[in-house]
Order: sequence, then C-alpha cells, then structure tokens
Amino acid sequence: MKSLSEIETVSKRSSRAAGFSWGIAEEVGKNIRMLELFGLNGIKNLNYYFRARNKKNFEKINLISNENKISKIEFCPIIAGLNFLDQVRSLEILNEIKFEKIAYPLLFLPFASRASEVIGKKLELKIDNRAFLLNYNNSIYANSSNEDIIEIGNNVSIKFKENEDSFEESEWKELYKLSENTFVEESESSKVGGAGAELTDND
Amino acid sequence: MQVELRDPNVIMKLSRLGSFHQSKLSFLRSFLKEFKDWEYKRDLFNLDEFGYGTVVYSFTKNDRVYSLICFANKLEKDERSDRVIATKWDAAFTLHDGVPTKKDIERLKNEVPKQEVGRLSYKELTLSRANKSVRIFNHVVESLSNGIQPDINLLSKVGYLYRTTAVYGSGKFGLADRFRIKNREEIYGPFRLEMMLVYLVRQFTFDQVNHVAKNKNPKKAVNLDPEICKNLGIGNSTGLGMAPFIVNHPTLLNNWIYARETALKKIREIKNIKTEDSDLFKICLKKSIKNITSWNTESEYQQNKIKALLNDLNIFINIIEKKFDFSKEFAFNEIYLWLEKNSGEECIEYVVSMMMEPYDNIINPLINTMSSEEEKYFNIPTNRTILELKNILEDKYSKILNIDFLKKENNQNFWFISKNKEEPRLADRFIENGSELEQPLAIARDIKKLYDLLSKFKNSLTIDRFLVNNSDLRHVVRRAFIIEKFPYSEIQDNLIGQSIVPIDMLRLKLSFFGALKFDPRSDKWLRICMFQGAPLPEQLKNYDDHWVYNSLN
Repeated sequence: MKSLSEIETVSKRSSRAAGFSWGIAEEVGKNIRMLELFGLNGIKNLNYYFRARNKKNFEKINLISNENKISKIEFCPIIAGLNFLDQVRSLEILNEIKFEKIAYPLLFLPFASRASEVIGKKLELKIDNRAFLLNYNNSIYANSSNEDIIEIGNNVSIKFKENEDSFEESEWKELYKLSENTFVEESESSKVGGAGAELTDND
Repeated sequence: MQVELRDPNVIMKLSRLGSFHQSKLSFLRSFLKEFKDWEYKRDLFNLDEFGYGTVVYSFTKNDRVYSLICFANKLEKDERSDRVIATKWDAAFTLHDGVPTKKDIERLKNEVPKQEVGRLSYKELTLSRANKSVRIFNHVVESLSNGIQPDINLLSKVGYLYRTTAVYGSGKFGLADRFRIKNREEIYGPFRLEMMLVYLVRQFTFDQVNHVAKNKNPKKAVNLDPEICKNLGIGNSTGLGMAPFIVNHPTLLNNWIYARETALKKIREIKNIKTEDSDLFKICLKKSIKNITSWNTESEYQQNKIKALLNDLNIFINIIEKKFDFSKEFAFNEIYLWLEKNSGEECIEYVVSMMMEPYDNIINPLINTMSSEEEKYFNIPTNRTILELKNILEDKYSKILNIDFLKKENNQNFWFISKNKEEPRLADRFIENGSELEQPLAIARDIKKLYDLLSKFKNSLTIDRFLVNNSDLRHVVRRAFIIEKFPYSEIQDNLIGQSIVPIDMLRLKLSFFGALKFDPRSDKWLRICMFQGAPLPEQLKNYDDHWVYNSLN
C-alpha cells in the first residue's frame, strides 16, 4: 500500500511535470492526499485528467462568479478549484455558485472542501446527480458510492450552508430536559459558598 | 530585565546555522530522556558464526512496543559503498510498531535489505542500513577473539563500528505516515523514532562484534568492555538529500530554532545564577573541550573552524575562570554580550548550547514544542492585500531583497532531483543540463522576483486577484505568509549562489539531531558520529544527562 506521504509527493511532482507551477503542484499534492485519505479516487482521477490534458486544452476560469459558463471546452478542475478556494471569501455572499462542465470534477472537490474550512461553513457540492456535503474539511458525506472516474460534471453547483441547527428548537428542549437529570439539587449552604457569594457586584 | 529574541536576519544566515552544535534540545538526547524508563530487551539473536542473520530488540512500556529488526548479510568487498546509489549493505534495519510475528519477519527479510526498492507497510516506522567500518570492526574482532581489548586510540580516531547512510521515516517506501502515530506522547519530539533506530543499531554493532569474536575463538574470546562500547557511537554519511528538508518544512525549522532562541532568551533573563548552575556550566564547558580536541577531519574548511573555535574557547574559559563574577545580576546575559563582541560564530553557538546544560526547567517544556502541524499553515490568506504582502517582504527578507540576481554568481546553481536515486542534487546551471526542472528551493531569487512584481500592482489589490495570473510565484507567496507568523522559518541566504556551502544546511539539521564531530568530505557531504558516550540500553534507567561531555574520546 502506498503511504499518503508518497501519494502527496508523486502527485505534486507529476503536477509540476504536467506544466503547473510549483505552488499549484503543492496544492494538488495536498488535495490528492486528502481524497485518498477520505477514500475517494484521487490518484486515478489525476491520472485520467493528465492523460486527457495532453489532448485537450481545458478552459481556465480566472474570476469566479455565480454563473460560470464555458466558451468551448470544459473547465480545468484544478484552476477552477484553486480560484474558488482563493476567492471563496468574496464568493460566499453569492450563496450558490454554478459551473457548467468541469472536467474530472472530483479534482475540484478537495479545493471546495478546504474552502469550507476557510470560511467556517459547510458546503453542498453537487456534481450532476451526485451530492457531497463538505464539513469544514474534516469529513465528506456523499450520496453515491466511490465511482472510478467522473470525466465531466455537466452541472456543478456549490451551496454555502449557513451555520444553522439541523434540528427543531422543540427537539433540542426535549433532549436538554433529559440531560438535566444528571444535575443535583444544590443545598442552601452550598449556594452560600459558591463563587461570588457574599459580595456585592456594585463595587 | 527583558531580553529580545535574536534577530532572524543574523541567526538564519547559513554561516551561523552551519555553526550550531548539539545541545540539551537535541533529538538524540531528548529521545534518551523519554525512553529511559522503558523496558529494553533483546528478543531474538539468530546470527551465524560470521555474524549474519536476524536480531530483534525492543523497547516496551505498558501496551506499547517498538521493535528493531536487524538483518545482517554477507557483503563482498567490492559491493560495499556508503553512497546512496549502493544497493547492498552489511546490515539493514527497520523499526516495527509492536511485536513482529514470524510472518512479519519473513516479509521484512525480503524487503528491508532492498531499502529504497523494497516495500514496507504501515506497521513499520523507520528504515535504515549501515556498513561496517571494516578496519575497525576487524581489529575489534581480532583483539576480542585473542582475549584482549582493542586499541582505544585506534577506536577513538573513528568513533564507531558501523556507519548508517540514510535513515528513512514518515511514509517513505510505504512506511507508516506520521498522522498514524503523531498523537503518541512518547514521540512528540521530532525524529524520535529515527533516533531510536540509530540507538538500537549501535547496540546491534556491539552484540554482533562480540558474537563474531566468540565464534572465532570460543575458548579465549572476551566481550568488548562496556566502557569502550559507551565511547563508541554510530557513524553517518550524509549528503545533500537532507538539505532541502529544512527548506521544505518552514514551520518545523522555525520551531526548532525558536525553541533554541527561547531557551537562550530565558537563560539571559535569569537575574541571579545559582552557584550549582554556574558550576555545572563551567564543568560541561571544560569537559566538552575533549570533544573538540578529538575532532578529526581532513577538511581544511572544518579544520579552520575547529581551530578558531578552540582558540576562542580558550580565551573565553580563561576569562570565566579568572575574571568573571557569576554573582552579579544577569551573568549569562553579560557572557552572551561578551561573546557577540569577542568570539566567532562557532564559539558563540557552542557556548549557547553549554548555557542550556543546567536548566532542565527551561529546556524540558520546550522539547515538546519542536514538532509542527504544518498543514495548519498551508492555506494562503488570499483576502490580504498587496501592501500587506510587500510589508512582510520588506520586514522579513530585507537582506534577501538586496541581492542582484542578474549577476551570474548569484544565480549560479540549481537544485534538482536525480533520476537514478530520486535524491536532491545541486549543479551549476551554466554548465549542466536540467535547470528547467529546477526544484522550488531558490527561495531568495523567487522572493526578490515577487517583490519586484508587486510594485506593479495596486496596494489595495487582494492576493486572490494577484495570484490569478501569477501562479508561478504561488509557492513564495505562501512562504511569505508563513514567515509572518514564524520568524525563524526561512534561511536568510541565497541557496543558489556561487558561494553557497551546502554542508552548512546539513550541519544545522545534524546539530539538532545531536551529532558530534562533523567531518566534511567535500562541500556536499559529511560524516558525523551519533550517540558517542551515550549510556548503553541497560544503563538507561540511571544515567548522567551530561554524558555527551564524559566521553573518553
């Protein structure tokens, strides 16, 4: 079995060899390591992407907006992902970002996962009918099994999830009430001796 | 009184970093301290009469076991090479996580001797190989088998029976990734398992030499005197493979240097020095001179450094002995300021190391701060502005920005990875091919390029916008934001200049390992000795922490 360290190093070097700058290659190395750690096919997708890149000049998107449409060829997942990560602080006010056609979109995913950590919000990434919930770069929840290769994501969208409870207030109260059963009724003498007792706070 | 941390523009110059010496912070010393109360055992000793076969040693505490598995093989004379391009060695080793099963040993027997072309598993933590110093090893076998101890003078000239030529860890060749083990308290300090491997290999060399001598002459042979063993270490040949590490791990480098600088600052801030502490400082200082006078090297470069060090130290010791009053306030601060004024870099850093000796209370808490969670600082804060980035560059790289990279001598060399062994190398870009495949280690040049380019952009522009069309400088933008938080994360020198001395980079790293007797064999590789004078495993439970200065050599 290859170690994650080997995976990162080889991904970084191969990205440089494929023509990316060292700075971008470092990002790709970290990303492929992350995909493999989360059980997603990083190495396979990167390999297929590089093979395709030899034949196709994928479109590079620089400034990301809420609707991103290609002019001819699919977006390069690495440049799209990198700029999404770099620009995410100014993008989050848009609530949702859509991309038309990203090549090998699994390579876009780790950039979005890291962006989730940067802004402190969960992101919902949809690649056609596949959905991924990116949890602050700590974990990824997916609705589909780990397929080998997704060559093109025809409709890719990212929603910024607000930091809101996933439950009703009544559900919280019910559980809180149950948790109170671990508390002990305090005696009068205990109350008298508690922090701040016998002092005036108007001093 | 508050003392400032030393200026990174001075401390992070290569000539200064290349003058560092071992100290109480060094990893081999902190390893011994951590593992002194672990149970040491020789679990398997299966060598033939010539010393070939398998040996297993272990350290155990509670449920945790680390096992060193050694494979000793026959090596023909013409097969023995210390160079990284070698494919066979006298012995090969791996540190296994837990107790190896027979199946594990069988698996490892096929892989470990192959080193870089073998495959290890997540159950293995470190990997290494070593060659005999044949002249010394044979002399010891010959002597012991005749019932006499070997010539100590001959041994002291070399200082070891075996030399390792590489010690690998952290996921190389399938070894366990650091994330699997990083939360174990006993390995909070950097390179602790690499140190364990080297330490146990040292014990293997003694056990093997005794075994071979005994088999040669069972009736007459004696064991190597433990006192002689103690004064033998493990040699190491180190080349450029180690150099890029300190550039590629900026926050780790910072944490090593920051620990050292914090220690010095705290010691200089001590108002009243206790007599027992000043006495210990003086004792260590005087005893340590032996380590310098027995420092053999044919390198003229190093000989000159040793000569200057010895000269400076003699003057310093004379003053300390005859004129200096330790009862005055902030005595160590006064000593430090005197050194800055009167001594060379080797001597300053030597005495800085010595100043740490009395202060466990200062040093011990710093040891666990010397690792780094590098991932935390990888993302670039792209919401920052060009002005902020420019300010960082002007503040943190002021000397670097003065270098003229249009001059050939400042752009002479390039770092690359060799195809045959995947090892870092340095070459002249105007003579050799391959500079288009240069590694991102020309930090000074690229920082200067970044700074020049930034002046063409609006100060208020944010970094995300700047990076859109300037991704070729992304790696140094990242570094600039790292150095903002970690002042000692960057070597303040030009690593591609004509006058670079790469062994200064090796020396820096090896000093933190705790190596002694740096012996440069060229400007690109050197030999060192580790654990010379260290307690033997069976002596660990009750050993003198200042063993470094008690060596007979």
